[in-house]
Amino acid sequence: MAHKILIVDDEPNIVISLEFLMKKEGFEVAVAGDGEDALAKVAAFAPDLVLLDVMMPKKSGFEVCEALRADPARAGLRIVMLTAKGRDTEVAKGLALGANAYVTKPFSTKELVAKVKELLAA
Amino acid sequence: MLSAGFVLLLSAAYLGLLFAVARYGDARADAGKSIISANVYALSLAVYCTSWTFYGSVGRATSGGLSFLTIYLGPTLMLLFVGVIVKMIRISKDQRITSIADFIASRYGKSQLLAGLVTVIAVVGIIPYIALQLKAVSASLEIVLKTSSDDLVPGFLDATFVVAALLALFTILFGTRHLDATERHEGMVAAVAVESVVKLVAFLAVGLFVTYGMFGGFADLFARAAAHPDLANLLRLDASRAGTWAALILLSGLAIVFLPRQFQVIVVENVDESHLRRAVWLFPLYLLLINIFVLPIALGGLLHFQGQPFNPDTFVLTLPLSRGAEALALLVFIGGLSAATGMVIVETIALSTMVCNDLVMPFLLRSRRLGAGSGEDLSGLLIGIRRAAIVAILLLGYIYYRAAGEAYALVGIGLISFAAVAQFAPAMIGGMYWKLGTRAGALAGLVGGFAVWLYTLLLPSFAKSGWIDNGFVAAGLFGIPALKAQALFGLTGLDEISHSLWWSLFVNLGLYIGVSLLSRPDAVEAGQAERFVDVFRRSSADADARLWRGTASPGELAALLERFLGRARARQQLDAFAAARSVDDWRALPADAEFVRFAEAQLSGAIGSASARVMVASVAQEENLGLEEVLDILDEATQVRAYSRELEAKSLELEAATAELRAANERLREVDRMKDDFISTVTHELRTPLTSIRALSEMLHEDPEIASDDRTRFLGIIVVEAERLTRLINQILDMAKLESGRAEWTTSAVDVGEVAREASESLGQLFRDKGVALECVVAEGLPTVLADRDRLTQVMINLLSNAVKFVDRDKGSVQVRVGGDGDRVRVEVEDNGPGLTPEEAVVIFEKFRQGGNTMTDKPQGTGLGLPISRQIVEYFGGNLWVESRPGAGARFIFTVPLPDRT
Repeated sequence: MAHKILIVDDEPNIVISLEFLMKKEGFEVAVAGDGEDALAKVAAFAPDLVLLDVMMPKKSGFEVCEALRADPARAGLRIVMLTAKGRDTEVAKGLALGANAYVTKPFSTKELVAKVKELLAA
Repeated sequence: MLSAGFVLLLSAAYLGLLFAVARYGDARADAGKSIISANVYALSLAVYCTSWTFYGSVGRATSGGLSFLTIYLGPTLMLLFVGVIVKMIRISKDQRITSIADFIASRYGKSQLLAGLVTVIAVVGIIPYIALQLKAVSASLEIVLKTSSDDLVPGFLDATFVVAALLALFTILFGTRHLDATERHEGMVAAVAVESVVKLVAFLAVGLFVTYGMFGGFADLFARAAAHPDLANLLRLDASRAGTWAALILLSGLAIVFLPRQFQVIVVENVDESHLRRAVWLFPLYLLLINIFVLPIALGGLLHFQGQPFNPDTFVLTLPLSRGAEALALLVFIGGLSAATGMVIVETIALSTMVCNDLVMPFLLRSRRLGAGSGEDLSGLLIGIRRAAIVAILLLGYIYYRAAGEAYALVGIGLISFAAVAQFAPAMIGGMYWKLGTRAGALAGLVGGFAVWLYTLLLPSFAKSGWIDNGFVAAGLFGIPALKAQALFGLTGLDEISHSLWWSLFVNLGLYIGVSLLSRPDAVEAGQAERFVDVFRRSSADADARLWRGTASPGELAALLERFLGRARARQQLDAFAAARSVDDWRALPADAEFVRFAEAQLSGAIGSASARVMVASVAQEENLGLEEVLDILDEATQVRAYSRELEAKSLELEAATAELRAANERLREVDRMKDDFISTVTHELRTPLTSIRALSEMLHEDPEIASDDRTRFLGIIVVEAERLTRLINQILDMAKLESGRAEWTTSAVDVGEVAREASESLGQLFRDKGVALECVVAEGLPTVLADRDRLTQVMINLLSNAVKFVDRDKGSVQVRVGGDGDRVRVEVEDNGPGLTPEEAVVIFEKFRQGGNTMTDKPQGTGLGLPISRQIVEYFGGNLWVESRPGAGARFIFTVPLPDRT
């Protein structure tokens, strides 16, 4: 059975490229455009992994990550933070909040796919 | 009729209560929890009001009218010179001064001779004053009991003697529990404060009784007095007596500080300089209260006892008794007892300290048995001497009382005592403010002033009492008229007190200044002069250290302290001193100048500064510093002080510079942080389009199999994002240029209306594509402005493209209006879009902040358009702002000023 991936980003064109990329790799994909939408989609879609943008309206990626990690029922959920801000403090903050990986934009599609597969295999 | 037993029992109970207060105060002081507050301190100063005040003020008022008030105006005025008193307190703490004799002796080189002279003057001046208190107690006792007081005790004694003996006992218990380095008696001060309250309450009670109980209030009393020819005079201020008033005010003003008991409570017993601030108003208030009823009682007594032979000094007792108010009379008696005992106790303690330290000790220390080299513990002996001195002083007071009886010499003694202690003023005040005052000058002044006082005041009072021939008063000494004791050199027209005061102070001050200027101080004196006069400016422990040079051993110095303070107390002080110098054991301390000075200070507290100096000199081999050397060191200290002031000023400048640097650094840091934030934001904005471009192009590159319509769609996105990237980079560069002031401007006369129309036309297609109506209204005849045409066009295009971006497709409408607004041209761009919240209306002018629902419109803007537009408009001296409400569209307005017409 195919793994389910939720893509969360407020940039429509990034969503388009990520959606195409993940579908091509054979994953089942859903998308969300902001933090609140992301939490709703996690509940409805029950993804195995979330690709989570940090800078978003309504709820930031950090807040979403924190909320997801506070829910014991979702302990197995993998979270990959995506951000255009690559400062060390932000990487540290994301990891401290329980993200499994932290990927800086613009990313290499090959590396992102490899990271996603590695996390899902673990 | 009050029973003798009851009155005596009550008196004993009252004294017992005072003693309990004193014990409590001492216990608290020993526990380090002083009960001496500012209020207690201020009340203790009221020991000034003795029984002479309590009973005698009314008597003075019956003969002198309002002149009794001078005795209270003087102290009130003196307390205004609070700086003088603070300086006195500071010096005394610095030098461990224990009495007024010690103060003067210490200032003039720790002179035993001077200390002894001051003590003699004080004792001679004060003994009769103490006698007066004894008389007051026994006289009041007789009135209350309506019997001769001598009937109360066995025939071979008299009541006054018993009173004196009891007071001596009481004073010993109060004042000589132990030797203290600071010679403070907190318990005694507390008891004196209680007594002050009691005597005030008693006097107010009798005042109210007479004024409102026996008469119909102040108005009634004064009206009746005014109707009476003899009494009316009392109410008049007599201009011819102005000289007397001035003398009495000066006299009492000096007495409030220089009477030994006043110096004791104001200076020696002071625990906190700030208490003085309270005393400055509370004590005068006390004096005002205790004087309010003096005149009413005097007038009341004269009216009530018309023609009867009652002594006005006893009106406060006889008036209540005449109406059978025995309880009130008893309260008044207790009040008078308070006034007398308070004065006697404090005065006797102060005098006994002086007699012990400055008269007895110098003789004892000279004798071989007790002097240097003997190891005997003298602390017990010291206490014994003080107790003996207390007994002796009270005995002298009693003897004087017996000898003087009703004679004039007793009645007038209050002011005579004041005049004696006024002789201390030149040496004291001069010593505090004039470095050139010398020991010889002080001695000459004191001797001269005291001699004049004796000749013009004390001896004439003896003559009036009939003890000596009054020839020198009536005809002058040796029959020389110029030497008439109370009209010296033909000075007449003054009362005896004023006459004596002016002459004695004139001689005293003249000799003090004259002899001081003619003599040179020795080394010790010069050092002390410096320490006294510059007490507030001194921090020169260094100079102090160098002012003593010699050799000593810690063991010998410690042994000396043990001899005079007792072993336990000495060890305690030594340990504290070692701890202050961060040394565990005082034996490890070097016997340097600091140690010697510490030992001398401790000894000063016990035996006075002059004797302490002699004792320390006996165990420490001091090398004599010559006067020149001392002056050099002091001069150097002065130079060091000037230099340190300079340094201080410089360091202040430095501090200011440092503060400026710190502020500048803070600003730089802030700018740096903003720059950092800016770069981080710019990076984010650049990375976002790059992300799509990279992801999509990588996928297209790696997978040639992608369906053709996906391929077309992806290439379209790549183009749009690449354009966005270009626009972003251009605007960031533009913004950077504007902000750094490196932008190029081409200024010319610009028709703003034309710019608006052209911009509208150039964006016409964009509006039509989205189905948005665009209307442009330009007012007729607008003048041109001076601006860069391209930049203004940039602003117009930015505002118009924002407007079209945020209005609804097919329903939107945008209106442009150009018109005049006083001295400026005003341009409005109004849309019917979603509007802005007040917060949004602010943030949209910040960099990279966009309004509206960024989910749908985000890729269309860079977040730099409005900040750039605002920069441009402000460059031309105009403003750009927005007026909007959520749901009601937005109206962006900018203005450009018209060129100055002049």
